[in-house]
Amino acid sequence: MSASVGEAAFALTLSAAVIRISVPYVLAALGGFWSERAGVINIALEGLLLMGAFAATVGAWFGHSALIGVTTGVLGGMILAGLYAWLTLVLRADQVVCGIAINLLADGGTRFFMKVLFDSSSNSPRVDAFDSLSRGGVAIHPIVLATILLVAVSTLVVYRTPFGLRLRAVGEHPEAAASLGISVSRIRLAGLLLSGALAGLGGVWLAADQRQFVAGMSNGRGYIALAALILGRWRPQTAALAALGFGAAEALQIALQTSGRSFERFGFALQALPYVLTLVALAGLVGRSIPPKALGRNEN
Amino acid sequence: MNRLVFYTALLMLLNVALLLPQAKNDRGSARAPLRVGLVFDVGGRGDKSFNDSAYRGVDRAVRQLGVQAEYIEPGDGSDRESGIRLLAAQGFDLILGVGFIFSDDLYSVASEYPNTRFACIDYAKFDAHGFVEPPPNMVALKFREEEGSFLVGALAALTSKTGVVGFVGGMDIPLIRKFEAGYAAGAMYVCPNCRVEAGYAGVTGDAFKNPAKGKELALAQYASGADVIFQAAGSTGLGVFEAARQSGENGIPLRLAIGVDADQWNEAPGHILTSMTKQVDVAVFETVKAVKEGRFRGGVRVFGLKEQGVDYVYDDNNRSLISDQARARVEALRLKIIAGEIKAPTERK
Repeated sequence: MSASVGEAAFALTLSAAVIRISVPYVLAALGGFWSERAGVINIALEGLLLMGAFAATVGAWFGHSALIGVTTGVLGGMILAGLYAWLTLVLRADQVVCGIAINLLADGGTRFFMKVLFDSSSNSPRVDAFDSLSRGGVAIHPIVLATILLVAVSTLVVYRTPFGLRLRAVGEHPEAAASLGISVSRIRLAGLLLSGALAGLGGVWLAADQRQFVAGMSNGRGYIALAALILGRWRPQTAALAALGFGAAEALQIALQTSGRSFERFGFALQALPYVLTLVALAGLVGRSIPPKALGRNEN
Repeated sequence: MNRLVFYTALLMLLNVALLLPQAKNDRGSARAPLRVGLVFDVGGRGDKSFNDSAYRGVDRAVRQLGVQAEYIEPGDGSDRESGIRLLAAQGFDLILGVGFIFSDDLYSVASEYPNTRFACIDYAKFDAHGFVEPPPNMVALKFREEEGSFLVGALAALTSKTGVVGFVGGMDIPLIRKFEAGYAAGAMYVCPNCRVEAGYAGVTGDAFKNPAKGKELALAQYASGADVIFQAAGSTGLGVFEAARQSGENGIPLRLAIGVDADQWNEAPGHILTSMTKQVDVAVFETVKAVKEGRFRGGVRVFGLKEQGVDYVYDDNNRSLISDQARARVEALRLKIIAGEIKAPTERK
């Protein structure tokens, strides 16, 4: 009897952890989906997450409100994505190189402005953030709700609306789309801004979870999200599912460390799982993952 | 093309200019004062921990011993070595590097400048044959983290109501395992039936700056019954504090955390049982003093409980969290370690 109660409690703790860990992965993967389906590689997801977290913290601190924090976090992601769009769409610079530059800029820039605003380049003061609507139940955190909703809405918009069709057309064959009078740059800009907003929201979650900004706190999550997007074959639901899977692997790794040292090595193998799975998917060993045709190619 | 060369040259010049130390002139003493240079670790000034502690040590030497000090805050990577080299070339008497990351750079510069004295905090240079002894003009300042960790481990077990205590480490390396080993041994010493949960955030340097992971590790340990967690995880440890903060209300029993390096009470007031402190300032001050008094010797110097190089915080803030019996018991353990009756392990069995 008590064993089953213990197991139920363990399962509940674990699934709550899976959700908490997965939220930034899902949101960033969804962000990546929007830009990559429009044909723009989004290696900058890492920087967008970090920027979202930073902007959310600054907004919540100076606005004394969690809601303002969410708003500025989303806006921060959009502004950085706008810069990325300017570099790739207007200046036609190489997408991967610019993406890396954006990540470096986010890392250094947030530290710099942390020092300016809070006189510490590493840690911000404590800020307001939304709580779950019931204690212990992460499932009803407003951002978790929003995440689920956003996955559903993204699927609808991309596959059921004219805008979605245009976006996909631009990502597959921009010249054909342009010949039909579609502005490739404008569509791609929209995709990138949506990408920034979604990854920014992922950053908001990171900051809200800690009630502060910590330098470099995105800690590679953007790259994991990119892996989830690839593994999910550039579709919102499957990408979200892959992100959830990565979150589950991480939660399991933590649980294994806690339950005893004998599983330790296995746990660290689990940590490498997202990357291994992504390689497997890219190599086409388990159902080939095919990217949008014009991905990474700037319009001529 | 010429423009490119010009701007590159300009940038390089700027780089050098930024590295030039800002001299703090303490004029007035008749003889030329001792010149001490301090190069900070990546965290830099204002980290409220390691680097600030080293700064305090030098600052005290400036005020009490009348030495002249200069500080360099390098950026990433190779700047560290150029900073050290610059100070050495300018004929400083003592050059201090804060952190194990300086081990290789200080070792090579010290070998090139045999008449300059060097000090490296947490020195750890290894080659294929194991530990590399510092050159004769360099002192390695090392700390017995396991001894301080032993005491906070005992304190954690004596304070725990559940009989389960936790440890969250950053990167899984021997330096951090030392903290875990001492902590677990201390807890088991006073409470053989207690359980020690331990988790690490990862196996790369990034594991020291992943607060979200630190929070999840802590929440998992709290959920499995732990009610005190010791962190040695850099800013990943801030996540441990955040997990501790989510307790003591809404029907969740009070959960505590233990800070590291410096007193971290302010990170989560009311939830920090104590902090295991490394008195970097003491080690630094003593080294400057030794140079000043002409009794500087190279080699490895180890600061343990006996030398007051490691300790734990007990003050007005956390007094209410620590029972008198627990305090007395831990103080008795301190004496036993100093007397050599107890040896804190550096590796967990």
